[in-house]
Order: sequence, then C-alpha cells, then structure tokens
Amino acid sequence: MKRYPVLLSLLVLAAAVAAFTQVQSDIIIRLTGGARKVIALPDFRGAGASAQYADLFNRVVFEDIERSGVFTMAPKSFYPLNPPQTERDLRQPAAAQKDCGGRCLADWAAAPVNADYLGFGYLAEQGGQLVASGSFFNTRLADSGSAKVFTRLYAGELSEAGARKIAHEYAADILQQFGVPSLVGTKIYFVSDRQGKGTKEIWVMDFDGSNQRRITFFNSISTMPSVSPDGRRLAFTTYAKGQPQIMMYSTETGRFIPFRNSAAPTNAQASFTPDGRHVLYASSVSGYMQIYIAELDGSNPRRITNTRAIEAEPKVNPKTGADIVFVSGRGGLQQIYRMNMDGADVERLTNGEGEAGNPAWHPEGRHIAFAWTRGYAPGNWNLFVMDVASKETVQLTFGQGRNENPSWAPDGRHLAFCSNRTGSYQIFTMLADGTGVRQLTTEGNNWMPVWSK
Amino acid sequence: MKRMFHPRHVAIGLLSVFLLLFAAGCKKKQPAPPPPPPPPPPKEEPKPAAAVIRSFVAEPSTITRGQSSTLRWNVENATEVVIDQGIGAVPPRGERIVSPSSTTTYRMTARSAGGDAVAAVTVTVTTPPPPPPPPAKPKPSLSERISKEVQDIFFDYDKSEIREDARATLQRNVEAIKAILNDFPSASILIEGHCDERGSAEYNLGLGDRRANATREFLVQLGVPADRLKTISYGKERPFCTESNESCWQLNRRAHFVGVE
Repeated sequence: MKRYPVLLSLLVLAAAVAAFTQVQSDIIIRLTGGARKVIALPDFRGAGASAQYADLFNRVVFEDIERSGVFTMAPKSFYPLNPPQTERDLRQPAAAQKDCGGRCLADWAAAPVNADYLGFGYLAEQGGQLVASGSFFNTRLADSGSAKVFTRLYAGELSEAGARKIAHEYAADILQQFGVPSLVGTKIYFVSDRQGKGTKEIWVMDFDGSNQRRITFFNSISTMPSVSPDGRRLAFTTYAKGQPQIMMYSTETGRFIPFRNSAAPTNAQASFTPDGRHVLYASSVSGYMQIYIAELDGSNPRRITNTRAIEAEPKVNPKTGADIVFVSGRGGLQQIYRMNMDGADVERLTNGEGEAGNPAWHPEGRHIAFAWTRGYAPGNWNLFVMDVASKETVQLTFGQGRNENPSWAPDGRHLAFCSNRTGSYQIFTMLADGTGVRQLTTEGNNWMPVWSK
Repeated sequence: MKRMFHPRHVAIGLLSVFLLLFAAGCKKKQPAPPPPPPPPPPKEEPKPAAAVIRSFVAEPSTITRGQSSTLRWNVENATEVVIDQGIGAVPPRGERIVSPSSTTTYRMTARSAGGDAVAAVTVTVTTPPPPPPPPAKPKPSLSERISKEVQDIFFDYDKSEIREDARATLQRNVEAIKAILNDFPSASILIEGHCDERGSAEYNLGLGDRRANATREFLVQLGVPADRLKTISYGKERPFCTESNESCWQLNRRAHFVGVE
C-alpha cells in the first residue's frame, strides 16, 4: 500500500520520458546525434599547490561536457566511492568479487551508474606549473588495454586561468572522440544597451559568457551584427552618422574598414558570403528595402530582389554558397523565403502562418533556425528549426517570453538566442534540441547574438 | 660755453647796461605839472532803494510731464513783483506750484522806484519715454513650428499605406509645411518612420523606411518640394510608448516630422 504512490509516479515519469523520446524529431536526432552515451566524471583531486584549483577544474570539465549535449551525465551520487586517479589504479575484478569500489571499469558500467565512458585523473604542481593527467576509458570493454581511449598530460599556469585552460583542453579532447568540435575559443558578438538606455552598442564575449567587452563607442544605435566566416570582419548597422548605414570593423586590428554605402535612407543587415568575398545587405535605394550583393568594400552593388515589398535579412547558405534565405513581406505578413543567388526560383519556406524572421543557416547548410509567431499572438516569437528541403519544422521554445535571433555555434549543435523570459532581453545558449539552456548575460538588455569561430 | 660766463665778460656787460640807463635818465628829467581840481561832488537827493531779487528758483528744475515744480522767490525793496506765464502779481516772498506741460521759462519782474530787477527760471519738462514696446515675441524655432503646426500620422499593423485619417492630416500639414519651409529657406523636414514592437527589428527597419517614404511621396504629390523632405527609418528602435497593448502599438506605428536646419 505504502509503495503505490512511488510506483505510480515512476510509471508517470516513464510514460513522460517515452512520450518525449517519441516526439523527438528526426531533425533533432540529426543535429544532436540522438541517443546519448552516459559518462561518469569523478572529481580530480590535487596535491599541494594544485589542490586549490581542483574545484574549478572539475566544474569547468563537467560544464563543457554537459553543455556539449553529447552525453548524459551519470548522477554523481551513484558514483563508487573509490574512483581511479591513474591508469595503474585500474583492476580487473576478481572472480568472486562483487565490485572493487570503483577501481574496476565494470563498477562504472554496472547499475546504478550505467556509464558508457569514464573520465578520471588528478592534478599536480610541477615546476611551478599546474599539470593534469586526464584519462578517458570506455567502460563497456573488459580489457583495460582496449578500453583505454586516451591518457594525456595537460599543463598550464598555476592559476585560475591555467586551471580553466587545461580543463577546457581535457574536455575538448573527450568531445573530439565523438566528432564534436570544442567551442572553447569561439566568440559571441551581440548588441547591448547596458552602457546607456536608448543607445545600442556592439559587444563581444567568450562562448560561455566570460570576458564581455564593448566594441563600439558611438553613443548611438549600433545593431544587427554579423561576422565573416573567418571571424576577421564584423559588419553592423549604425545610426552614428544619421540614417542607418553599414559599417565594417576588423576584429584583428580593432579598426574600421571603409564600406561604401549606397545613397539610400536605409542600408542595413550586412552578411557575408561563405567565401568571405561578398556582402549581402538590405537597402532602400529603390524606395522599398530590397536585397543587394556587393563587393566586400560595398562597391559594385547589384540588386537581387525586385518587388514592391520589404525584403530583409539575406543569409547565404554557408555550405553551398548558392542560395539565400531571407525575409519578405511580398505575400503579406513577414515570412521566410529562399532563392538562388540571382534572385530566381523564389520559394516560401514558412507556411504563411504568423510572422517569421531571423533565419540562420546551420553550418552544414541543410537546416535553418528562425523565429516564428506561429501559434502565438503577433510579437510572441519562438524559435524553430527547419529542414529547408522538406520544410519540416521543429519547435525549440514554447512561449517563455519572446525568443529571437537564433545563431548557430560553429559546432552546429548549439544555438545562441535572445529572450526576454527573465523580464529583460538577455543572451542564452542551448542545445539544438532546446535543452541545456544557459543564460550568458545579465546586465542591461542584450540582443542579436552572433556566434563566431 | 664756460667761456661765456667768464667774470671779465660779465663785468663788461653789467657796465654797459648801467651806462645806458644813466644816459636815458639824464635826457628825460623835467618839472611835473599841477594836478587838476577834483570834480564837484554830486548833488545829494533822497532816493528809494532799487529792487533786489535775492532768489528765484524752481525746484526741481526738471520735471517729466504731468509732474509739478515749485517756484520759490525772495525779493527785497520791490513795490510790485510779477511773474509772467499767467501767474501775475505775487508777494515779494513766496512760492507757487506750477506744472507746465512743456518747458517754460518764468520771468520775474520786481519793480521799485529805485530800479527794477528781473530774473528768470526755467522749468524743463521732459516727455516721459514711451512705454517700452511689448517684448518682441521670439520667433518660434523650426522645431517649435513643426511640433505645433505639423501633425504625425499613424498606420495600420504591418502597413505603409496612408490611411484615410492620415490623408486628411497630411492635407492639413501641407500648407503648414510649405509656410515653414518658406520661413526657413535653408531648412528641410525629416520624416521618421516608426513601427510597433511586434515585427522583427530587421523587417521593421524596412517597414519604417516604407512608412516614411510613403508619407514623403504623398506630400510631394501635394506640392511640397521633394528635395526638402528627407526620410529615416527607426524601425522599432525609438518607440513613443513602451507598453505591450494596442493603444501603445498604435502610437508607435507613425510617421513623425522633425526639422533639420
């Protein structure tokens, strides 16, 4: 009798998990790899001067692995009490032994941990440096020789920065085994009003929200950033000189690069072709905002669309370089369309419901993420991913505030976006299946993240 | 120079002067004639004293029109004292308040068998300065004129067509805009296009551009010179109202006019 409620809730939970698994779209499985392996990451311990950095090291490794979305993290409370620290600690279970307290890989493969992989190691101080020995083993293989994926040494400064660095490196090595590029070193450009209400400036931060730094100082509205494929150029739209114009900035030298704007009330929303040699943008030269392509310095502009409607947000397929997704009001409320580079073969991608905007190509050029008000009142944006060929869509956010401006991480598994779910607009990242949401900004309002390598 | 004051030179000089004076004195020496007899003394007759005007003043001597001045006098030995300007005979000692409307000179004649005396005093009358003209109304500035005389127009959701009510507003605006441009020959008018918060920021930049441009085209058709109308789209970057409801959204879907000097 006493056990009934527990059983009942377990059943409900199981049903919910099954239901969730069933509705997981093919798109999500393609983008995130579907069923996840389980990983156990017992804490590294440190001796002497390295001990004070162990907590930080363990936290960074855990977060990097968890955020990757490659693994399910085995609950730490289930871990055996005596994990290995070096390869030499590993044992083969004796015939009669039930378990070896963590020193056997089988201890980790068995219930309740059920881990497929085990990462372990230790920290030490050596010659004034912080050194980590990091091992990674497949627990499903009985022979520890074949179970070993790698054991490597990582060295860095004896400091918090050093601990972060070697933790990121160890995590990146684990993720690399599964074909997942590390996001360490990637940047997110964004727009913020934290420097003064009514102004917008371009800012940049590391992929995890650290090192937030201001780039523009126009005391004006500077917005709609975009970054070249090689990460060396930043383009944005600014009111610094009156009417909105495109400006180009070198992320290497920190200087502005001349860009010739057409004589039009509005020149905006520059984006780059995948070869980095041309710029697409929206300009109202003709009286209606239309899509143009020009050289990198803005010269030789050529008109691509030719409508008496608003055409905006051109984005060239990063894989093929042969087609453009964009936003148009030609059929009524704003929808997402696709066309060839010359403007031919236009097709509407969203089905005409609600308003759609902010298309962002997945690095592989097969999917787009975008914002859509379908199923919600105008202005209540949610994020969706679409397979451009089949126009099949999957919804990632469900009405928690307004969710806009998705941008793919270079790994193609994560998205940055902005949302006002906390009451103000902030930048978040999440996995492409909508899980693992992390808030990266808190100060002022922050919009329009662009994830760059 | 020193040689000039040699003692021998000085001695010679003095001697020559002395000799000269001595020779002249010798030549003019003659006996003096007797003095003439004194004139006979005047015949003594008793005669009355002449009139004397000890004082005749106006206080103050300068007045502004409408104010008064006091004439004060003191005359001795007079048998009759008369002041002109219609005042007439007055006692030898007294005062009189006068308020002439223009600058006036008062003449006093004091008569006496022994001799008359005359004096005059002038009361200067200044006209009060005309009241300062009411402070010149500062000419209203370009932006004041526009905000007072030119009304914003409003749009439907996701539309840039000029609504019926906006047409009427623009027709009223045309005369004001022409007059303002006439009064500010180097100025132009900037038409700002604004949108509500619901469309995406990127699309709204185009929508605001379209709204400003449609407004401009309408005004040009009604005869406002095209080269003096500029446009800018603020999309949803500069809302007039920040609440999330229709009345606020309607306020933000507008074309707004500002002056550029």
